[in-house]
Amino acid sequence: MSTTPLELEHKLPHEDYLNATYGIRSWLLTTDHKRIALLYLGSVTVFFFIGGLLATLIRIHLLTPTGALVTPETYNKLFTMHGVAMIFFFLIPSIPAVLGNFLIPLMIGAKDLAFPKINLLSWYIYVIGGCFVLYSFSTGGLDTGWTFYTPLSSVYSNSAVTPAVIGIFINGFSSILTGLNFIVTVHTMRAPGMTWFRLPLFVWAHYATSMVMILGTPVVAITLLLAGLERMFHLGFFNPALGGDPILFQHLFWFYSHPAVYIMILPSMGVVSEIIPTFARKPIFGYAFIAGSSIAIAVIGFLVWAHHMFVTGESAYAALAFSFLSYLVAIPSAVKVFNWTSTLYKGSISWDAPMLYALGFIGLFTIGGLTGLFLACLGLDIHIHDTYFVIAHFHYIMVGGAVMGYVGGLHFWWPKITGRMYSEPLSRFAAVILFIGFNLTFFPQFILGYLGMPRRYHSYPPEFQVLNVLSTAGASILALGYLLPMAYLTWSMRYGEVAGPNPWPATGLEWKTPSPPPTENFDVTPEVTWEPYDFENRPDLGLAAGAPSLAPAHGDD
Amino acid sequence: MQSQLPLYPEQASNFAPHVDGLMLFLISVSFFFAAAITIAIVFFFFKYHRRQPNAVGTPIHGDMRLEATWMIVPLILAMGMFSWGAIIYVDYRRAPEDTLDIYMVGKQWMWKAQQPNGQKEINELHVPVGRNVRLILASEDVIHDFYVPAFRVKMDVVPGHYNTMWFRPTKPGRYHFFCSQYCGTNHAIMGGWVTVMEPSDYAAWLSGSTGGDTNPVVVGEKLFAEKACNTCHLSSGLGRAPSLNGLFGAKVLLVDGSTVVADEAYIRESILQPNAKIVAGYQPLMPTFQGQLTEEQILALTAYIKSLQSQPVPAKGAGVAPSTGKK
Repeated sequence: MSTTPLELEHKLPHEDYLNATYGIRSWLLTTDHKRIALLYLGSVTVFFFIGGLLATLIRIHLLTPTGALVTPETYNKLFTMHGVAMIFFFLIPSIPAVLGNFLIPLMIGAKDLAFPKINLLSWYIYVIGGCFVLYSFSTGGLDTGWTFYTPLSSVYSNSAVTPAVIGIFINGFSSILTGLNFIVTVHTMRAPGMTWFRLPLFVWAHYATSMVMILGTPVVAITLLLAGLERMFHLGFFNPALGGDPILFQHLFWFYSHPAVYIMILPSMGVVSEIIPTFARKPIFGYAFIAGSSIAIAVIGFLVWAHHMFVTGESAYAALAFSFLSYLVAIPSAVKVFNWTSTLYKGSISWDAPMLYALGFIGLFTIGGLTGLFLACLGLDIHIHDTYFVIAHFHYIMVGGAVMGYVGGLHFWWPKITGRMYSEPLSRFAAVILFIGFNLTFFPQFILGYLGMPRRYHSYPPEFQVLNVLSTAGASILALGYLLPMAYLTWSMRYGEVAGPNPWPATGLEWKTPSPPPTENFDVTPEVTWEPYDFENRPDLGLAAGAPSLAPAHGDD
Repeated sequence: MQSQLPLYPEQASNFAPHVDGLMLFLISVSFFFAAAITIAIVFFFFKYHRRQPNAVGTPIHGDMRLEATWMIVPLILAMGMFSWGAIIYVDYRRAPEDTLDIYMVGKQWMWKAQQPNGQKEINELHVPVGRNVRLILASEDVIHDFYVPAFRVKMDVVPGHYNTMWFRPTKPGRYHFFCSQYCGTNHAIMGGWVTVMEPSDYAAWLSGSTGGDTNPVVVGEKLFAEKACNTCHLSSGLGRAPSLNGLFGAKVLLVDGSTVVADEAYIRESILQPNAKIVAGYQPLMPTFQGQLTEEQILALTAYIKSLQSQPVPAKGAGVAPSTGKK
C-alpha cells in the first residue's frame, strides 16, 4: 500500500482469529467477540439486502401516479417490511453489533468483552427474533407500518402482525444484552493507562448508545407485546372500543423509538470521530465536547418523544414543551459537526475512501439535522407532519448518516478485520456514487413533502409524478453505490493486498496488534502512555513525528 | 399562477402565508449553515490535501471561545424558530369563537362531512370563503388524519377522541384533501376535494339541499326518544337525571366539587362512559351506550343537545353550575 510510510512488503500473521480454529462449530460456538462481530456482519447484511430489495420495489412502483407494480395491499406490505427489516434488524444492530463488537475490546486493550458467552447469546437471540419476523414476512406479510399504530395493528390489520411483534420483542433482548456488555466492558476492562479521557470517541459514542439501549428497549418490547396481547386476547390497552387509548400506544412507542434514532446515529458519529482525525493526521478538535455531546444527545434524546405527536390532539402545553426540548437536542449535534469541520483545519488530509465517506456523512447529516428543526417547529409540523418531508428527513439521518458511517467504518477497519486492502480507486468511486445517488433519491422528497404528498401512499395525484420519477432515478444510482462495495470488499477478502498492522496509519490501540488480530487480541497487555489522536509524539507510526511542523503547536488559531 | 414545477402548494387559508413565511426563515438559516459547513469542508479538503505521504497536521486541540460561540448562536436561532412556530401553533389549536362548525367522520376509507343544517357529503367539503371553519373530527375505526395542503393544516382523527381543527379559507377554488395518517389498505385513496365558495354561492348550495330527516338535530331528537334518554333527562329538571336545557357550553358542577365545560368531548364521554363524571346531586344510574351508537349517531345526539342550548334552564335539576359558583 503506497500510504504505508515504511514501504515494506507485509505478510499476514501466522495465526490469527480467523484461522485459529476451523469448522462450522468453531464459528457457531465461538465466544470470540471478533468472530461474533462477523456473524452479525453476515446476518445484518442479509436483512440489509431484504430491506434494500423492498425499497427497490417501492421506488419502481411509485414511477407512475396510479402505481406501476403492485396492488395497494402489497405496496403497504412492502414499505412496512422495508421499515421493520431496516430499522430493527439492520440499522439498530449494524454499527454496535458489528464494528462495536469487533473494536471495543481492541480499542481499550482488552482480550474480549466482559461477558463473551452473553455476547454469543445476543447473536442467537437476534437470529431467533429475525426468524419470527421472516416467518411473518413470508406468511401473509405485514401491513401495519413499522410504527404498528393501534388500533390498526391490534384490531384491523389482516396481516401476520403477531409473529412480527413477537420477533421484535425477542430481538430487543439482543440489544439490551449488547448494551449491558459494552457498559460493563468499558468500566472494568480498560488497559493500564487507558483513562476515560483517553478513550477513543468511538467508545464514548457506544457508551452513550448502550445507555439508550438498556433504558429504552424494554419499553418498546413491552409496548409491542401489549399490542400483540390486545390482538390475540382482546385485552383493552389501546383499542377505545375496549376502553383503551390509541394515543397511549404512541407515547410508549415513541418513548423508545425516538431514542432509537440515537441508537442508530450515535455509533455512526463515533465512526466519523475516528476517521476524521486519522485522515487529517491531527488531534480531534474539542475532544471533550464531542464526547460530552454524545452523552447529552443520549440524555436529552429521552425527553423529546412526543414531537412525533403534535397533531394527535395532545395538549398544546405538552406540544410546546416537547418542541422546546427537541430544539435543545439539536445543539449537541451541531457541536459535533462544527468540531469535525474544525478538525480539518491545518490538517494533512488524505483522500482515501474512509475520509470521503466521513465527509459525505457530515454533509448529509447536516441536511438531515437541519431539516429536523423544521419538523420540531410546531407551526411547520402541522403542514409537513406525515408527508414525504418526514421520509426525506429521516432517510438523511438514517441512510445519509447511519449507513454512510457504517460503510465508512467498514472501509476504515476492513484491513484490520480481514488483514487485506480493497481497490483504492473503486472505493473512492463508490463513495462519490453513494453520495450523489443518495441526494438524487431523497432531496426531491423534501419538495414533495412541502407540496403536500402524504407518506405511505401507493398512488398519488399526477402533479407529484416528476419528483417521484427523479427520486426513483436517483435510487438506481444509490443501489450501485451499495453493490460496488459489496463486490470489491468481498473480492478483497481473498485477493486484496496484505495490509499490515497499521496501514493508514492510525493512533488507536486496535492498530498496535497484527491484522487480523490474534484470538487473544494482544500478545501482551498493552499500556497506554499517549493521548488520543496524537500523531506528534508517536515515533512508532513512522510519520514526520518530532519534525518541526509548519506552525507552532499551540491550540490557538 | 404556479409554474409547471411548483415548490409550494397554493396559499388558500389564513395559515398558509404564515407557515410559508416561517418556512422561508428556516430555509434561510439552514441554507446559511449548510453552505458554511460545505464551503469549509471543500476548502479545507483541497487546501490541506496531503502532499507528502508522511506529513502530519498541525495539532490544535480546541478553542473554548469557538465552542461557546457555536453553542450559543445556534441556541438563539433555535429559540427564534421555536417561538415563531409556537405562535402559529397556539393560534391553530385555539379556534375563534364564531366558527362554522362542520362534523367530519373518517372511516376506512372515506370521509363523511355534515354541514350544520344536516347537508351530508362524502369525500367532498364545501366551505364559504372568509369564514372561520371548525371541523369536529371523529373516527369510526382506526386513526386517520384530515390534511389540506393548500391550507397548511392537518389534524389526526382518533377513535375514542374528538379532535378539532380550524382554518379560514381565503381563496375560492378546489383543493385536495388527504388522509395523512396511514390507515390500512386504501389509505392513499381516502381523500377528496375541499370546495371554497363565495358566501352567496355557499348559501345557494346549502339551500339546494334537503335538510329534513338528515338534519342532525331532527335525527338526534328521534334517537333521544328511541334510546329512552328522555325518560330520565326530563327538560323540567324533575327527572332522575339532569335536564339538558342550556347545558351545551355551560359549566357543570360534579360530585367531587370540580367543574367541567360541557363541550362535544364531555357529551360524548357522558354517553359512552356515564360514570366517568357524575353531576353533583345525581346517582350513577345511567347505562353505558358504548358499542350501541355509531359515531354519526353520537354526533346527532350532540347536535340535538346543542340545540337545547337556547331552551329555558329549569331552576332545579339542570346540573349546570351556578354562575356565581366556584371557578
